[in-house]
Order: sequence, then structure tokens, then C-alpha cells
Amino acid sequence: MDLRGKSNAGWLASGTPWVWLTAGSVAFSLVLVLGVIGMISFRGMIHFWPASVVQLSLADTTPAENALGEVVGKELVTASRLREKGVSVPGEMESVNRLLLKIGNRKQYGFDFKWFNEIEFETIERPKGVAVIEREEWGNFYGFVVGLKVNGVSIDPGTIGLRAKLDEVMKRRDSLKRKIHHIEKYDMGELNHEMEELRLDKRRLELKGVPPGDARYSALKKAKDELDAAYVVLSENLSVVLGEINRDKLDVATIQGEVVSLDVKDLVRIYFPNDMTFIDKVVHYFEKIWEFISDDPREANTEGGIFPAIFGTVVMVLLMSVMVTPFGVVAAVYLNEYAKQGPLTRVIRIAVNNLAGVPSVVYGVFGLGFFVYFLGGTIDSLFYRANAPAPMFGTPGLMWSSLTLALLTVPVVIVSTEEGLTRIPRNIREGSLALGATKAETLWKTVLPMATPAMMTGLILAVARAAGEVAPLMMVGVVKLAPSLPLDGNFPFFHLDRKFMHLGFHIYDVGFQSPNVEAARPLVYATSFLLIIIIVSLNMTAIKIRNRLREKYNATET
Amino acid sequence: MNVIDISHVINKADSERAHRDRVRNLKDRLFALIMGVGGVSVIGAILLIFFYLLFVILPLFGSASIEKGYVIEPPREQKSLLADVDEYAEIALNIYQDGIVMFSSLLEEKPIKSEQFLSFQGSAESIRSISRGDPASRVYTAGTSGGRAILFRAEYELTYPNDRRVVIPSIEYPLGGEPIVLDSGRKGIRLISGQYTEGAGAIASVSEDGRLSITSFSFESSFLSDEVEVLAETFQINDSSSDLTLMALDVEQRDLVTVSETGILSLYDVSDASRSTLVDRVSVVEPNDEITTLSFLSGGISVVIGTSSGQLQQWFAVRDANNLYTLQKARDFDRMPSAITHISPEHYRKAFAVTDSDGNFALYHSTANKQAALTKGVFDGVRDVTMAPRANATLLAAPDGEMELFRIHNDHPEVSIAALWGEVWYESRAKPEYIWQSSAANSDFEPKFSLTPLVFGTLKATFYSMLFATPLAIFGAIYTAYFMSSSMRSIVKPTIEIMAALPTVILGFLAGLWLAPFLEKNLPGFFLMVFFVPLLIFFASFLWPRVPSIYREKVPEGWEGLLLIPIVCFGLWLSLLLGGTVESFFFDGNMPHWLNLEYGITYDQRNSIVVGIAIGFAVIPTIFSISEDAVFGVPRSLTMGSLALGATPWQTVLRVVLLTASPGIFSAVMIGMGRAVGETMIVLMATGNTPIMDLNIFQGFRALSANIAVEMPESEVNSTHYRILFLAAFVLFMATFFVNTLAEVVRQRLRKKYANL
Repeated sequence: MDLRGKSNAGWLASGTPWVWLTAGSVAFSLVLVLGVIGMISFRGMIHFWPASVVQLSLADTTPAENALGEVVGKELVTASRLREKGVSVPGEMESVNRLLLKIGNRKQYGFDFKWFNEIEFETIERPKGVAVIEREEWGNFYGFVVGLKVNGVSIDPGTIGLRAKLDEVMKRRDSLKRKIHHIEKYDMGELNHEMEELRLDKRRLELKGVPPGDARYSALKKAKDELDAAYVVLSENLSVVLGEINRDKLDVATIQGEVVSLDVKDLVRIYFPNDMTFIDKVVHYFEKIWEFISDDPREANTEGGIFPAIFGTVVMVLLMSVMVTPFGVVAAVYLNEYAKQGPLTRVIRIAVNNLAGVPSVVYGVFGLGFFVYFLGGTIDSLFYRANAPAPMFGTPGLMWSSLTLALLTVPVVIVSTEEGLTRIPRNIREGSLALGATKAETLWKTVLPMATPAMMTGLILAVARAAGEVAPLMMVGVVKLAPSLPLDGNFPFFHLDRKFMHLGFHIYDVGFQSPNVEAARPLVYATSFLLIIIIVSLNMTAIKIRNRLREKYNATET
Repeated sequence: MNVIDISHVINKADSERAHRDRVRNLKDRLFALIMGVGGVSVIGAILLIFFYLLFVILPLFGSASIEKGYVIEPPREQKSLLADVDEYAEIALNIYQDGIVMFSSLLEEKPIKSEQFLSFQGSAESIRSISRGDPASRVYTAGTSGGRAILFRAEYELTYPNDRRVVIPSIEYPLGGEPIVLDSGRKGIRLISGQYTEGAGAIASVSEDGRLSITSFSFESSFLSDEVEVLAETFQINDSSSDLTLMALDVEQRDLVTVSETGILSLYDVSDASRSTLVDRVSVVEPNDEITTLSFLSGGISVVIGTSSGQLQQWFAVRDANNLYTLQKARDFDRMPSAITHISPEHYRKAFAVTDSDGNFALYHSTANKQAALTKGVFDGVRDVTMAPRANATLLAAPDGEMELFRIHNDHPEVSIAALWGEVWYESRAKPEYIWQSSAANSDFEPKFSLTPLVFGTLKATFYSMLFATPLAIFGAIYTAYFMSSSMRSIVKPTIEIMAALPTVILGFLAGLWLAPFLEKNLPGFFLMVFFVPLLIFFASFLWPRVPSIYREKVPEGWEGLLLIPIVCFGLWLSLLLGGTVESFFFDGNMPHWLNLEYGITYDQRNSIVVGIAIGFAVIPTIFSISEDAVFGVPRSLTMGSLALGATPWQTVLRVVLLTASPGIFSAVMIGMGRAVGETMIVLMATGNTPIMDLNIFQGFRALSANIAVEMPESEVNSTHYRILFLAAFVLFMATFFVNTLAEVVRQRLRKKYANL
């Protein structure tokens, strides 16, 4: 394989350039893979770094106008494109650099991203004291803190003191928020759950045909009254805390000098990126990452964390694994050990193999039609008549999603397990049988344990596939925002009928359905990065296990 | 004693062992049973997918059925002029010559309520003409021999006393309870057609002496009371022939259609009653034929006419390039055996029932152009026909006065092979087209279920992605399997295979939100890449032998591919850099804009190139991995022989390796194609999802899979739309299954061949 022919004529005739072209294809494919993974990792990780806030002084405006924001993009545009848009570009320039600034303050400006052409601004600087304020609504605010009002009284402890006071105020806000969250989610949630149970109990009695005057009704009524009373107490508590949290107001000024008063209760975090040291920034970075993986989403999923999506994905995949493993293994064992080998098993094998290639959206259609509407509808009409007309299982949900994905991934487990089974040398099986073991014992005690790594590989590949699959889930149970997790403190604790959030669908939803795609984009990159880490590491594990397995059996055979 | 004792012990041990063996055997058999049942059920579950899809689809192609229901004795001695039924097909409405409207129960065969809707002036006056308005509006109009008319509406109020459904019928007069004088000359009204919807009403009429006129109504509420005064204004339409035999006004009160004795169909625009204009006039039938009946379909856009020879035609107005409307015949339906007597449209679908003079009764659907069912010899002649609002029954009135209710099962009339796959002339469109448009906001919407544009979209996606992926993957596979050093191969292969594991939702997101805008900005750069990168690689291969050997020898054999990574990167960067210059030099700085200006080529940001690259990315690893296996599996003896005979490595690759591995490569391409066909998230996110049929590479499309993902959650269970989406899924299922099976069979053959070599 000498690719180093030297003479010019021979160079073409030898086919060397074509060989190099094939090498180029490999190189190109590698560039693609590494480029995509690299870009997602970079963009996903950079998002949490506290970027400096820059101030642009715009030329050609009197009085000079300023813009304040984070630089999130930079590109070169041809001059003619700008001229079409009515920007005056000096004749000799062919292209112009422009910056995309996240200027925030959506309530004031109406939009939070803006392009600035390099020829349009004079200076670019990083002013000290700029505050970036993350809010529960309306996105980030960029500006300067000018004052703090506690109980309507302005306090002015000087700049340094103000920062300390701010910290204090924010800490108070966080603890009150936690209190509110606890009351709303756990205490009230529990009450609501119990009330719903009572309503269903009543409906069940009605369906049974118990006459209205029955004593059981009054018992239910009494229980409900107690709950109502408890609810009133809770709401009073809640309104007290709500009153407390409304205490503080923060005055901030935009770069244009407009002073805006913000309710402290709506602020999530205040930081001063231009005053931060490197260590501060690192701390901030990890805080943000932690927030990302542990918090609930805010602002139509474009801010905050993705905890419910991670949780939903994990629960769904676990449930799927519980279903897919036994069935996949049993089918593989049956095909490989029990079924009579012949044209029929060959056809079945081809069919199983092909099913792995059937588009996932087809499984989604099947899942919706068969599991949700047919099975779920039947279950509802048999066991959950009290809930009608609200469906219990006759609607997309966690159980049907994992069942659909189990069906989708069962071929993967079958193929992988079968591969493991065929690799086990014959003499091991025969040895066991010769020692008097029954076929079941041979399988159970020798063959299956040896095939465990193969099963693991299959399961891991199945999990990796399920974690990344979105199209079928869109039909059988994933939602953009699930009000409650599938696992909580209310009986029966594990709610198979609930809808859930999913990382892959989160990417689709935030990237394509959200009202503010530009703002959501970094979050989508971060989510993608997380998903890629999960899936790539699962795949790598599978590959490792498989390779080790092959080596092991190669050793047994020789 | 001892002996006995021992035998006893032995017996005991034997029996214990026998017992244990029995248990073991039982366990063995149980295990086998579990495995058998489990294995078969998993395989059964897989088969279930196929059969369930089929089970949902099949009703689409079942034909309609007409069941004889029951005969109802007429509630009055007299024969009614017109009969109708309520939504549940339980209450009949009959209108009689003496100005009485009577509701009667069909189940109990007894009158419920009757009302005099028209009081005559003198004994000479009688009902001369009567007509139904749009079926869904339940409006009826009667004209008298004294030139007066009245319009009334049937109301059915639903009540649930004691949880039982009770319908209470009543009559309302939206245009006032007093008859309106339509003809000041008090000539009789020969033909009448009235409509009333949403606060607007109009009545078209033809007088005894052949004058066509239109009466419009306006409402004025008086200052002092809540009373509303109805003002009627009648305008004569002058240029109509005097021998009109049929006439109909559409539900929106815009179009008036008339038919003359000589078979001339005329369309008037009466949206402004004071200035009615003739839109178009065509001769519809052959000289010896005549038009016997005419009816608007639901929505009031198209008209179906029936002739004395049993012909049925659908006509509607089509706007041409100059914004002028002309009447166009959209289609001829299958003939009825004899002269058409009645056409009764369904309330919400573009279907209609037809009877002919031999008493045959048939159901048709206009979009699907099919006769869904035909029942022969229902009556000797039919006095009136009406479709029940839910299209689940038809009431036929026999000449002798009795009525008969027919149960109809016609769930999916809009589906036919032609409607699903062929060009269909939809209402108001200029010509027959392939359109997918499953739903719209308005109720008179004609669903357009042509799968052709969707299949076209899928094929387009597949084509462009294969165009991108196949050469890269196969070339890459050849190099990896044949030229690359094994240590590098053990890194490269898994790295590329990891691509297959990347969730397609991420690829779709990148394609839609990063690649699409990037490509729009760097279009010339992209095209330069296609030339530059290979060119640079050629150049590198030319230069490499000329690099001083001290450096050259530092690169171990089979690692040259690695050298190309910086070169490829450089090529990409250079093309982008030059792309900007090229764009401002040749394309006025904006290539998409320039394309549109110079060639009229529309440029969508999310277009086929973007999808091609993204799906290509997703299928490269599949094709790469399988064809790499095939190339790697080519026996060494073959290649060594070829090289020993003096062939260059490249000749060996072309003539020996590729030839031997070609079935494997073929199956790799097939499996890759199967993946591209079914890819959902990428096409969903990276195209505009508009169902257009256009080969333009700069435009998007809507693929089958994306269409399912978008529309399935919103589709009503067991509706036609739902079943058609299942059909789309079935098409995908079968297509991928076929392609994969083909690939698998080819691959197994190849494996055998290698084993023999």
C-alpha cells in the first residue's frame, strides 16, 4: 500500500489522489462529528459563565446614545446587505463587523437582542458597577442600582453598604420564596389531592347507586368541610408570607437614565459581572450550573433549570428498562435456545432486526392508537368510571410512553442478547448438560450469567436510544411543562398516568416553540450538551462492555 | 434387620432423588414454557404493530352501507311538500300545502307539534313553491301563488329531564312572522330559494311570468324598544331567460345559480342585491338531455346538477389569472341508471345522496369522486329525500305519503385511492392539484388528503440526504477498512459510530437554528466548499510525495488521513472567507436575494440543503459502519492476489474490493435510506413543513413522518384524518420494512459468499 508514488504521470495513474480523496472523506466525517460535539459543548458550557457587560457609545446621535449589554454574537456582513437595510456604509468598505448585544430590559425596549454595526459606535468599554438582574419574568435587566426601598422607605448606606444590604434582602427573599413554594406545592397540593380523592369517593358512591341520604355521603361531606377549613388556614398563612415578600423594592437605572422600580420578590439573582474577580466568576459559574440541573424552568422554559425534564427522562427510561429487559431477554433465549432453527426463526430474526429500523414515529402512532386510546380507554371504562369524563389512563402519560419505548427498543435488546448467546461456546453448554443439569439449569446457571454483559450492552443501547427519542413521545405523553413530577408524596406516590417532561422534547419545544428563541438558545445548547453527555457515555460504556466481552470469549474459545 | 434398614435408606434416598428430579424436570419444563410463551408473545407484540395499523386503516376503504330502517305512517292524511329530520334522526318535519308545519316523532309515530307558518290571503292563495336553505341552517322558504313568501327556521332545543334526552322542536321567523310581498304585481312565485345565516338573509325568486329577482333583508333596531324592524328590498335581475326551471342561492347569499329549460347554467353574483351581475353562463348538457335537479353542496361553493339521463356533474366558479370567475365543471360522477330526481347534500361533508326516477338511491362524495353506495328500487318514485344532519340516516318520502328511514354507515366517504394519491380538483382551485391540507378554521372547509406531496417531501429529504451521505460514507469506509492502520481504525470507527447515537432532536435543532441561518449567510461559501475541499485534498496528495522525507517518515503508514483534518478545516475556512467576496462580487452581496431576482427562485431559510446535510449526518454512521464491515470482510487472498499481479492499490480497490463488497455496500445504502425515510425530528425542525411539491433545492417540504408528528396529537380519534395518519405511518412502516428486509437478505447472501471464499 504505497501511497507515495513520486513521478507526476504515475501520480494520477496510480490512483493516489483517489485514495487521498477517500482519506479526505474520513477526515471530513471526523471534522463533522468533532465539530458538532465541540460546538455544542462549547456553546452549552459558555452560557453559564458571567460575561462582562459592555457599553457602546453610538456615533451619529446627538446627544450621544449608549447601549448596555452582553455580547452574544459577532459576525461579518457584506456592506451591500447593510445598505439594503438603509445603513450608510462608506463606499470602500466591503464588509462590516457587527455585534449582537443582549440588552435585556424587555419591558423598556420591547426586545432583548439588538445588532450593532461596528461603524455605528465609537467606543466600547466595560463600566464598573453594572448590575445584571435575573428576574422571574421579563428576562434580564441590565443597568445600575440606584437605591433600595424597604417598606417604602429609601435607605442609602453608600455603594459598599448597598451591596451588602442587597445580599441581605435577596437572602430574605429566597427564604420567603421557599416558604411560599412549600405552602403552595406541598401543603396545598396535598389538600387538593385529598379533596380530589373525596370527590372521586363521592362519585363512586353515586355510580354504585347509593341513595343520596346515605350516611357515607355525610361522612364525606364532613371530611371535605375539615379540608376546606384547613385550606382557609393555609391561604391565610400564605397571604401573610405574600405580604412580607412584597416589602422591598429596588430602584435601578437603565443606561438611558430611566429609573425603574423593581419588586425584590421578582428578582432571582443580582450580580455585578464587571466587578467580579476570576474566583467570583468560577463560583458564579458553578452556581448557575447547579441551578440549571436542579431548578424548575421559568419564563416558558427559556430560563431557569431543567430538573423536571431530567427527572422525567430518568423515570421514563428506568420504567422502560424494567419492561424491556425481561421481555427482550426471554425473546432472545427463546429464539436462540428453544425455537427450532429453520426458515421460520430466520424470518423472525430478519423481522426483529428490521423492527429496529422502523421509524420511531410509527411506534408513536401505534402507541397512541393501541396503548392510549384502546388499552387506556378500556382501563378507564373498567376501573376509573368515577373520574369520567376526565381520562385517567385513556390519555397520553408516563406508563404509555415507557411501554411504547420498550416496544421500540426491544429489538435492540433481543439482537444484542442473541449475539451474546451465540458467542458462548458450545462446549460450555454441553459440559453442563453432560454433568446432568437440565436445560433450564444450564441456561440459568451457566449460559445466562455468561451472557449478562451482552444483555447489559443491549440494555444500555436501548436506554441510550430511548433517552434521545422524541418523535414517539410527542404523541404518547411528553408535555412542555408538567405541573407535577411523576413521583411525589401523595398516594400512590408513583403516578403512572401523569404526563412528564423530557430532555429531548425540551430541546424541541424551547428551540422551536418558545416565543423568544434567541433568549432560549443558550439554554437549548446546554440541554443538548447534557443529553449528549448522557447518551455518548452510555454508548461508550456499551462499546467497552462489548469489547471486553469479545476478548473474554476469544480467550475461552482458544 | 440391618439389610432391611439399608434398603430402606437407599429407597428413601432414591425417592428423595426421584422427587428432586421430578421437581427439576418440572422446573425445566416450566422454564421452557415461560420462555416459549414470553418469546412468542414478544414476537406477537411485534406482529401486533402491523395488524393494529392495518386494523385502523381498513375502515377507510370499506364501502358505505345503507340499511332499511323502518317505514313510518304519515302523521297526516295529506302528502307533505317537503320532509326533514332532526340531528338524532328521531323527529321528522313535514311541510304541507295548507301552510302547516308539523313535527312528528319517528320512533313513536305520532305528531309532536304543528304550527301554521303561513296564513293565506283569500282562498285563491296557496303555496306555489318551497325550498330548503343550507341544510345546516335548517331554513325553509315558501312562496305563494299570491306573490308572497315566508322564511322560517326549525329549532331543536335539547333538554335532559331525568337524565333522558328530550328534544323540543319549534319554529322561528328570523325575517319576521309576516309574509313578505316579493312581487308587487302579485304574480305567483314559481321558484324560490331563501337563505338565512348569522343575521343576514336573502330570498331569490322566479315569478310565474319568468322574472328573476333577489330580495335582500336588513335589520333596524328602533330607538325606543328592543324590537327589530326587518326591511326587505327586492331587485329584479334583468338578463335572465324567462324559461328558468331551477334556481338556488348559496348559503352566504353571494352566488345565485339558475338553470334554463335549454340546459343553460348561469351564475350571478348577488352579494350586492342592488347590483347583481352575471358571472358566467354555460351550456351544460347535450341537446337531448335536460337538467332535472340541482343542489349546492355544504359550504355553498359547488353545485351538483343531475340530468334526465342520469348524469351527475359538479360545477364551481374558478378565478383565473385576470381575477375573472368562470364556471368550471370539476368532475362527472358515475351515472345513475335513470333520470335524477333529487340531490340532498350532507350537512358538514362534501357528500350527497341522490335518487333517480326508478327509485334507486345512491351516496356520493365529491372530493373522492366516488359512489359510496347504491341501493336499487327503494320506491317507485321518491317525493323527497333528506340527509340527517349527522349523515347517519336518510329520510325518504314516498309518493303515497309514507316515509321511510334508512340507516347509513358512511364514515369515510372522502377517501378513495384517487383522492389519496391522485390529482384532485378541489373547490375554488384553478385546476386539479395534489394538496395536503387536513384542517382549517372554517366549517365549510373541504379537507384535502393527498398523500402525494408528503411522500414527495419524504423522497426529497431522502434524496438530498443520500446525495450528501452516500459518497462520504462509502469513501470513508473504503479508506478506513482498506488503507487505514489498525490502531487508527480502532479510534476512528467508534468515533464515527458515535454519530449514530446523537439524538436526532439535537441534529434537528442545530440544523434549524444554526445551520439554516448560517447557510443563508454563506451560500456561495457553501458551494465553494464542494469544490475547494476535494481540490485541496488532491493538491495535498500531489504535494505529499514532495515533502522532504525526514518529515514524511515521521507519519506512520496508514495515518495520512489524520493529516487531512487540518487541510479539510482550512478548506472549509477558506471557502467561507472567499464566499463573502464572491457574494459581493457576483451576487450583489446577497445570493438568496439575487437568486430570487434573477431567476425567480424562492429561497427558504430552512431548505432541502439544510435537511440533506442534517439527515446525511445522521445516516453517515449507519452506511459507514455496515459498508466498512463489508469492505473489511473481503478476504485478504483476493486483494493480495490482485496486488501481486501488479495492480495498484486503487485498481485493487475498484476492481476487486468494491466488486466483492458491493452487495454489502448496497445493503448499507438501503439501511441508511430506511433511516432517512423515517427520520422525523430533523425534517420537523429543519424544514418549513409546507406541503409543496417542488424540486427546488432551496425550498422546504413536508415529510410524511413530520406530518404525523405534527398532526397526530390534534387528530380526533377514529376520524378520517386519524385513519389517514395511520395510513401514512403504515406506508412508512412498509417502506422501511421492505428496504431493510432487502438489505438484510442481501447481507446474509454476502456473508455466505465470504464464508465460501
